[in-house]
Amino acid sequence: MGGYGDIQLLRDDGLRLDGRKLDESRPVTIQAGILPAADGSAMVTQGLNVAVAAVYGPMEAHPRKIQRQDRAVIDVRYNMAPFSTSDRIRPGFNRRSREISKVTAEALESVVLVERFPRSKIRVEIEILAAEAGTRCAGITAASVALADAGIPMRDMIVGVASGKIEDTVVLDLDKAEDNYGQADLPAGILPNTGEIAFLQMDGDLSPEEFDLAMEYNFKAAREIHEIMVEALKARYDGGDN
Amino acid sequence: MSQGRSGAEQRLVTPGMAIGPLTGMRVGSGAISHNNEIIATKLGWVREFNGTISVDPITSPYLPRSGDLIIGTVAEVRNNLWFMNINGSFQGLLPMSLAPWKVEFGHARQHMDIGDSALARVQEVDECHNVVLTMKGVGLRRLSQGAVVEVPINHLDRIRGENNTNLDRLKDVSDCRIIVGENGRVWIDGDDDGISWTRQALEIAKQHGHKADFASILNKHEKTFTKKGDA
Repeated sequence: MGGYGDIQLLRDDGLRLDGRKLDESRPVTIQAGILPAADGSAMVTQGLNVAVAAVYGPMEAHPRKIQRQDRAVIDVRYNMAPFSTSDRIRPGFNRRSREISKVTAEALESVVLVERFPRSKIRVEIEILAAEAGTRCAGITAASVALADAGIPMRDMIVGVASGKIEDTVVLDLDKAEDNYGQADLPAGILPNTGEIAFLQMDGDLSPEEFDLAMEYNFKAAREIHEIMVEALKARYDGGDN
Repeated sequence: MSQGRSGAEQRLVTPGMAIGPLTGMRVGSGAISHNNEIIATKLGWVREFNGTISVDPITSPYLPRSGDLIIGTVAEVRNNLWFMNINGSFQGLLPMSLAPWKVEFGHARQHMDIGDSALARVQEVDECHNVVLTMKGVGLRRLSQGAVVEVPINHLDRIRGENNTNLDRLKDVSDCRIIVGENGRVWIDGDDDGISWTRQALEIAKQHGHKADFASILNKHEKTFTKKGDA
């Protein structure tokens, strides 16, 4: 994340290499209820990222040692498919997927009303089918829609968004080149209705001013993506009135 | 579902969405109060009734309540009890003493084995979600024939219709015995054509149960039924 000085990531006209403005995110599409076997599911595409999330439960928590007498536990498994990147990824859990699973679970536990389901487990499976930077954000957005689709009570939905720094300039939603050759990355899980932050990570260095601007971009993107999430859920039940 | 609606407000909300100010209103199911506002916690339709605002969820897991008539399948058998899958978060426990048969210790499997379905009632649910079932009661029995179909919990009222009108129509047209369990399982028994047609009707309920024109969709399907020899 130290940046690679001679690689140009901004054009002379101030736009980014793919023609986006500094505060413009990649196109996002969301579909809810795509997997019939799951209790809730969703697919999120963000640029070239494709994330699918499936929710099962609440079910009895097994093994019993993970049970909590007063609340449910959220068991998240984030996985990148071997074909999701140009270099084949070795199948199975690795350090990165464990970390992302953990932060995603903790973020979701902060919004799901887990106290309604004592001794239970809510299983969330996130599969990244295609990756182009920002998969944890696409994954958490997909998981959030899938939880709503499964009828799991939540006090808000989480939107995964990221900003970063390239060529000493703060930009919203880094693509692959910007992520690889940029100077910083700031993914966040934002609750769009309350404005709370459910998770926040930072890779690289940002000054306080740059951090503030990056978070401003993140909040802006969260509001935009939240509208798409709501539309996706409404579209699933199109034509209903009660 | 349609009973008790004010009709004034029919809007779809998603978790976290503000429904309105808390002032003078009570918070019902599917909603919470936060900062003097009522917030939806589920995806569903807002309902206002008798000063209470709640959200009728479109999808929801089955939460057993005492007295529910349910259709369970045997998941595990012990010497003196059965564990039944009741389509909920936890398995239901059916002790030998609440079975309709005189069961000797160690012979539970002779009466009901793994995979068998049964019509039972929820005897009690404790605060830790432990569910005890009973099969003592009129009509409660092992279901040794027919088919069991799963439907979303939230569509059960639409499938039944007001005063069971839809359900009675399904029974009349298909000439099948149909029992709707509160846990989203429906037992159908009759001839093959009747069972097949009823399954299709329930599939329609799964797809369109939340829609306003569900009754007319069901009417259309009703006209498709032909009994053997009719054609």
